[in-house]
Amino acid sequence: MIQTRSLRKSFGLRPVLRGVDLEVAPGECLALVGPNGAGKTTLLRILATLTKPTAGLVRVAGLPLPAAAGEVRRRLGVVAHHTLLYSDLTADENLQFYAHMYALIGAGPRIVAVLEQVGLAARRHDLVRTFSRGMQQRLAIARALLHDPEVLMFDEPYTGLDPQAADMLDQVLVAARQGGRTTLLTTHDLTRALALADRVAILARGIIVFSAACRGLDPRGFGETYAAAVASVGAFNPTGALPSPERTLRS
Amino acid sequence: MPTESAPAPAQPRATALPMASASARLRHYGRSVGAVLWKDLSAELRSKELISAMLVFALLVILIFNFALELDRTGRENVAAGILWVTTAFTGTLGLNRSLAQEKDRGSLDGLLLAPVDRSALYFGKALGNLLFILTIQVIMLPVFTVLFDVNMVQPMLLLVVVLGAVGYSAVGTLLASLAVHSRSRDVMLPILLFPVALPVLVSAVRATGGVLTAAAWDQIYPWLNLLLVYDVIFVAMAFMVFDFVVEE
Repeated sequence: MIQTRSLRKSFGLRPVLRGVDLEVAPGECLALVGPNGAGKTTLLRILATLTKPTAGLVRVAGLPLPAAAGEVRRRLGVVAHHTLLYSDLTADENLQFYAHMYALIGAGPRIVAVLEQVGLAARRHDLVRTFSRGMQQRLAIARALLHDPEVLMFDEPYTGLDPQAADMLDQVLVAARQGGRTTLLTTHDLTRALALADRVAILARGIIVFSAACRGLDPRGFGETYAAAVASVGAFNPTGALPSPERTLRS
Repeated sequence: MPTESAPAPAQPRATALPMASASARLRHYGRSVGAVLWKDLSAELRSKELISAMLVFALLVILIFNFALELDRTGRENVAAGILWVTTAFTGTLGLNRSLAQEKDRGSLDGLLLAPVDRSALYFGKALGNLLFILTIQVIMLPVFTVLFDVNMVQPMLLLVVVLGAVGYSAVGTLLASLAVHSRSRDVMLPILLFPVALPVLVSAVRATGGVLTAAAWDQIYPWLNLLLVYDVIFVAMAFMVFDFVVEE
């Protein structure tokens, strides 16, 4: 459902993604972890059609990017760093707006349903600027689910969430897996990543250095595995060269 | 930590408009333009951030010029056109910059770009909103001009010039503001980009306005009106073609 081959992205002369090979099967949940600056957000923005790759193959929902970007967007729900909401509109107005943009007809019941799913039905007619960070993130999740997408992408969605909102998000991710949605989640929370996802991949310095099924991994030992994987691509090298592939960890 | 639970009860499914036919796609396009416009107008009606800033700036410029220039009637008719369009240019630039900057700073620009709609629909929605804001300021400015400068600024032909000029300025301004918004120095970048490109609009509008105010012959006004109209059409068409590339990161 999501596939990249030799994906590269540079901003000017600065390479951010250096040949990412990634595959997420239909209905699978992949947790993508990695240090700050690894390229997680850049990768997610490419998959979400917000920016184009410099080189390489990208397919989302089985469709090639950037050629079929419009059709991919129809099948994609994204929860990003920003909530993508309008603070001077109410929760209901925000969702009505996105319902129009996604060409949904008769969206009223659907809006009520997603608001109930995220626990915001009682605040439906309140301005978003009166919401806490956690409530705004819940509404952002409702926005991403509104058009019933096949593919969901979450970019560090737990940032700034209170425990109640984090638990709600966990339930959303579990429901997404049960509903057969393909999910990509980037997070710094290794424990949550292992608990929620089917597979985990570590992105460091623009390449995937580790990939494995979560079922076989020991949550207590994964921190060491993570540190070793990140260290395997080494400290900053002025030449920009990476260590040879044999030094990277494999599943 | 999550646990596998019993499946949630079935929710109402989202039903999307089928896009098989050209008329369905056109209908979705129109709805998207309307949705972006409605969103901007609703937010502005509640916050009044843009309009209040633009209005205060416009009134300040008019007052300063009024006190600085002590002219007879003929002089006032000659300079009123220039003052009107200087005020419109600076006020419009203020509004254009803030309109796109808000989207970028709050992250909602990505929300628009994620929508499965031709991106030119986003352009037209934003441009129409910016046009309405500029026209709102001009509707308030024109009677103020009439009172302060003792020049009749509320005439049908003049209103036509004002509308055509605002359309052109909004069309090119929205396009260039979308380009400048990605720059760190966008407050400086937009005027640098916009003023040279919008010069034909401003010059034509000034000459046409001056012709109307001084009751010049029609054959002296018509070429400038014509130029305004042609410019509007060219820039709207150009924005339709290039907005997708401009707005992308």
